[in-house]
Amino acid sequence: MNWFLHLVLPRQSSTLAPNIDNLFWFITLINIFFFVLIAGLIILFVKKYRRRSPDEITPHITHNQKLEIAWSVLPLILLLFIFFWGFHGYVNAQVAPANAIEIQITGKKWVWQFEYPDGMRTLNEFHVPVNRPVRLVMNSEDVIHSFYVPGFRIKKDVVPGRYTEEWFQATEPGVYQVFCAEYCGKGHSDMLSKIHVDDEATYKKWLVEGDEELKKMPLPELGKLVHENRGCATCHALDGTRGQGPGWKGIWGTMETMQDGTQIKVDENYIRESILEPQAHIVRGYEPIMPTFKGLLRDREILGVIEFIKGLK
Amino acid sequence: MADVLTANTLAGHHHNPGENYLNSPKGLMSWLGTVDHKLIGIMYLWSILFFFFVAGILALLLRIELLTPKQTIMTAEQYNQVFTLHGAIMVFLFIIPSVPAALGNFVLPLMLGAKDVAFPRLNLLSLYIYWVGALMAVGSIIFGGIDTGWTFYTPYSTTTGGAVSLMTMAVFVLGFSSIFTGVNFVATIHKLRAPGQGWFQLPLFVWSMYATALIQIMATPVLGITVLLLFMERMFHIGIFDPRIGGDPVLFQHFFWFYSHPAVYIMIVPGFAIISEIIPVFSKKTIFGYKAIAFSSVAIAIVGFLVWGHHMFVSGQSTLAGAIFSFLTFLVAIPSAVKVFNWLATMYRGSIDLSTPMLYAISFLMLFSIGGLTGIYLGAMAVDVHLHDTYFIVAHFHYVMMGGTVIAFLGGLHYWWPKMFGRMYNERLGRIGCALVFIGFNVTFFTQFILGSRGMPRRYYNYLDQFQPLHAFSTFGSWILGSGLFLTAAYLLATFRKPMDAPKNPWGGKTLEWEADSPPIEHNFDFEPVLKHGPYDFRPERPKLDEPVTHH
Repeated sequence: MNWFLHLVLPRQSSTLAPNIDNLFWFITLINIFFFVLIAGLIILFVKKYRRRSPDEITPHITHNQKLEIAWSVLPLILLLFIFFWGFHGYVNAQVAPANAIEIQITGKKWVWQFEYPDGMRTLNEFHVPVNRPVRLVMNSEDVIHSFYVPGFRIKKDVVPGRYTEEWFQATEPGVYQVFCAEYCGKGHSDMLSKIHVDDEATYKKWLVEGDEELKKMPLPELGKLVHENRGCATCHALDGTRGQGPGWKGIWGTMETMQDGTQIKVDENYIRESILEPQAHIVRGYEPIMPTFKGLLRDREILGVIEFIKGLK
Repeated sequence: MADVLTANTLAGHHHNPGENYLNSPKGLMSWLGTVDHKLIGIMYLWSILFFFFVAGILALLLRIELLTPKQTIMTAEQYNQVFTLHGAIMVFLFIIPSVPAALGNFVLPLMLGAKDVAFPRLNLLSLYIYWVGALMAVGSIIFGGIDTGWTFYTPYSTTTGGAVSLMTMAVFVLGFSSIFTGVNFVATIHKLRAPGQGWFQLPLFVWSMYATALIQIMATPVLGITVLLLFMERMFHIGIFDPRIGGDPVLFQHFFWFYSHPAVYIMIVPGFAIISEIIPVFSKKTIFGYKAIAFSSVAIAIVGFLVWGHHMFVSGQSTLAGAIFSFLTFLVAIPSAVKVFNWLATMYRGSIDLSTPMLYAISFLMLFSIGGLTGIYLGAMAVDVHLHDTYFIVAHFHYVMMGGTVIAFLGGLHYWWPKMFGRMYNERLGRIGCALVFIGFNVTFFTQFILGSRGMPRRYYNYLDQFQPLHAFSTFGSWILGSGLFLTAAYLLATFRKPMDAPKNPWGGKTLEWEADSPPIEHNFDFEPVLKHGPYDFRPERPKLDEPVTHH
């Protein structure tokens, strides 16, 4: 039975999910009942009362008050029950428990940025402990986005000029997909993110040390990973095609013409500057749309990107 | 039907045999300058069908793009423009004017036994305004395109490039065309009913048109104001919606849905209108619960104004406001449910003829039921949080808008085609077309419910590999659906290759339009119709209505 349920809804992975799913299945049962009733009656009537001669005479039935009251009131009672259930579940999802870990989320075209209470910031992925409530306080730097985690059954718009919040308590360690659910332009469908749900020990260790594997990884590989996971890939292609920003293939060592007409060689210094102060020099023909990654990438990650670009011939 | 009408032949209204409204006007100018509701309806009909074709092609292109998780045939920018245009054209240039301005314009005065609508010149103006709005909308594609989605959410729409200002002005202009049709219908229904035709002798089509007209008149100005504010923000940087200049982006959503939720009823209530005509005629049985159907249309028109916030459960609006909107949403579901039960009860013990219009009506009952029932998930706030802005929504509103309104429109088109053009279509092809549309529609859109409940967000150009099988299946369905619609277009157009062969009343309808010739003469009737029985009275021995007072 479970395999079937998971064909329709993602695996339940938060404390909020079971109640929501139960309501979902309750409504499904009601819907199946009514649809079978309606479709069944249509088929029955069509078979039974199919016109056999053009002069058939039908009974003149104009209305039936009792029947009409019954089919207005009974569905209404069912619907009111569903309303209260849905409202109750919604209120639970609005108010985070007082002991929740708080994470600030900033959405901008087309990356998610996360900030922990101690000031640590990450981009497009973050870690949380299992079985602890987590409160997300969200804001947008440009247009409306929406932070959607199907596995947790949570979604809330991320609006410029005001804070919105949502919360969850993950029930199973694992990696969970985040989508941007409010249309925000060209990179909307690439505005993805991952939540790593760790057991308590792994989480504590991660808080102090960052990702273990990343430290051992060779620089070019680390650069490739940064390109994929930190949002670079949204605008900078690797296959020589033109994106929102210049493609990286074969760019190392070339002379690029800037908007003000100056020529700059693509070397370590230029790449570093482009990452930390992207508005300083814009290559001619592109728009100044890249956000700064200052404080978001560790030094070793920037070195990784440089080495990775060097290798893209 | 000699007992239906008294043939008060009026002097000066004799006409030559073979003369009808289609061949009376001579030359292009007499079409463009006409005030005949029938000609205006026909010009509207070809216009909206053209845009249905355009937006349908865009839909097929979208589905092809979604065949693979990455780029298939277009870039992300093109994809965003194509889905925006698909939505905007379908809503503003096809569905909203489809039943009222095209079919309604033709049929409604006939149903009242009138010679025309109350304000024939206003009617022509409405058509011209529609054309101007349509040209502006088409112009916005040429002058830079729009990529905001048909909802124009701020601050995306106030900051993105392209021709958003022109498109919003197009919507502003189109709104007037809609309002003029609404005003005209209200006046016509009040003032031009046939002698003996009281409010409860009106066909239910007319009741629904009345409810629709009320919503058009009351809601459309709000859309006009909203897009005007949007235009002013883009042009003059007056801070209304953009928080960087002191605006509130969520305010736009309130304004927009204050129109656009009632607009859902501007689109679906005309669907109810057609179904209420087809089912009694093809069941040869009086409608069950006439007053319940009539009043439920009006109830929907009123309560429909108070549920807009159910589009905004995840927008950050207050929990209390959300709860009220959710509650009212469940209330407004009841009148729609009542109608479905009434139509079913009409079929009970009827004499059911499964001709093409009835097949469309039955398709409507099934598809609209699915559309309505899946609305329950979305009205339930906790479940909506998961489903909002996913393909579940896309599937839900296509079941209501296409499975409901467009299917009903196609049913109405087949039902009144003989009346409008005097020609019968190929019945066999009609049934095959309907079956293809029904199957194709379900393959395309039922799949999207599952995509959505599994978490696939809408308006996604790229998507995760895990969703590909369902997307591919949906695309496959769109080809079946498309072939059904192309077949339908082909056999309907083929009717013009043969002489007029339609009888006055091919289906045995009891409403007044079936007393006019097929196609009707220029002034509709060469006598003044006087109503002698109710619109759905199929009894062989009909008790006469009270002798009406005739006035000339």
